[in-house]
Amino acid sequence: MSPIVKNKGERFSLPSKYWLVILSVICVLLMVFSFGSKNFAKPFNYAFGYVITPLENGISKLGGWLSGKSEEIVEIRALIRENEALKEQVALLTEENTILQQNRYELNKLRDLMELNEEYDAYNKVGARIIAKDTGNWYASFIIDKGEDDGLGLDMNVIADGGLVGRITSIGANWARVTSVISDDSNVSAMTLASSDTMIVSGSLQLMNENRITFSQLRDDDNVVVEGDKIVTSNISDKYLPNILIGYISQIQVDNNNLTKSGYISPAVDFEHLSEVLVITDLKKSTGEEQ
Amino acid sequence: MSVLFSVLLIFISFILQSSVFSHFEVAGIVPNLLIIVTASLSVMHGERRGLIVGFFCGLLLDIFCGGLLGFYAFIMMMIGFINGKFYGIFYPEEIKLPLALIFVSDLTYGIVIYITLFLLKGRFDFGYYFLKIIIPECLYTMVVTFVFYPLILKIDTLISGRDQRGDY
Repeated sequence: MSPIVKNKGERFSLPSKYWLVILSVICVLLMVFSFGSKNFAKPFNYAFGYVITPLENGISKLGGWLSGKSEEIVEIRALIRENEALKEQVALLTEENTILQQNRYELNKLRDLMELNEEYDAYNKVGARIIAKDTGNWYASFIIDKGEDDGLGLDMNVIADGGLVGRITSIGANWARVTSVISDDSNVSAMTLASSDTMIVSGSLQLMNENRITFSQLRDDDNVVVEGDKIVTSNISDKYLPNILIGYISQIQVDNNNLTKSGYISPAVDFEHLSEVLVITDLKKSTGEEQ
Repeated sequence: MSVLFSVLLIFISFILQSSVFSHFEVAGIVPNLLIIVTASLSVMHGERRGLIVGFFCGLLLDIFCGGLLGFYAFIMMMIGFINGKFYGIFYPEEIKLPLALIFVSDLTYGIVIYITLFLLKGRFDFGYYFLKIIIPECLYTMVVTFVFYPLILKIDTLISGRDQRGDY
């Protein structure tokens, strides 16, 4: 008897083991093709964007509102007390601000004079809102509500609070996925700001809860790198723009090979409470000419 | 009708998981709704429906997680297929067996992901990942199952009652 059974009065149906084989083959083909080419996933990303993203956008607003409300109730008491203290601080800061504004005016004038152009300010940035987080518990990535239609592209750097958040790893028309630097599959080429010693900064699932990331491969023969040093993205990284703040060294130790050092970094960004990020629309390639 | 319900269910649970449950994480852990959906529908409709539902759940995860397309699709498909083996053996109204199945499925899912994505990268501390990620996820998923499974079952019997034989 043929395995493809067609009984009287029943619709034509394929036995499940055939389905299993067919879909397995599709899975393998998908894996091979997406491994081979980056553009292969594009139609999937676009379809995903049109169906899922608008819904996620709405629901995340609702979800955020709900959890915000529950937090509000808890925090109201603390806020009243904080408000008192803050009012005093405001008075203090207003005065300070006037002085600073004066200083800034002076600084700007001096900068113009010296034709200094600070790199951070020179990047074009686009603000975006986080609308969804990773569905699983293994990686730390999230979805933002802007995509190629807003001028974003693959590998663009994402910052928040003046520190590096991560980079865009997949993109659709109206959404983009940002893999953060604390994610286990993230590796960033970095250097110390003071001595320009390069290292590799990698995220780790194990350290994520402690809000720490690891660094390794630091060659520091003169022993100048100490705890508390500022770590920025290096100028030899091919994905990350140079001199974006990653964090501060919180612990450092010499590796078993006595050549390199490794340790932990406290990231500058508070990944627990991210809701808005800035995407730098300049890519490393276009700015990497001076290398 | 029943197929439409499955499609809707996949979308709804995926969206719930990515945008709502991330606000209600316990100790940084979110439950795995897609496993619940895959396992429940497999148990209620058999292996064919199970593996197709699993495939599409996994495909959504693949697109979202950005790794290799087809990776999660394959894992989820196998989960759906194996759960589907239990179709017809017991009454879906009894929650204990689906509960056990979902627990085992989530456990397997966690261990497979650990082995393929973490162990091969040189993360040997299995104890940590097992106790801090895999087991909490399983437990949280079980708790959510208590709410979700009866809900899915109720709507499903309501719908399947109308077109019983068009069941695939």
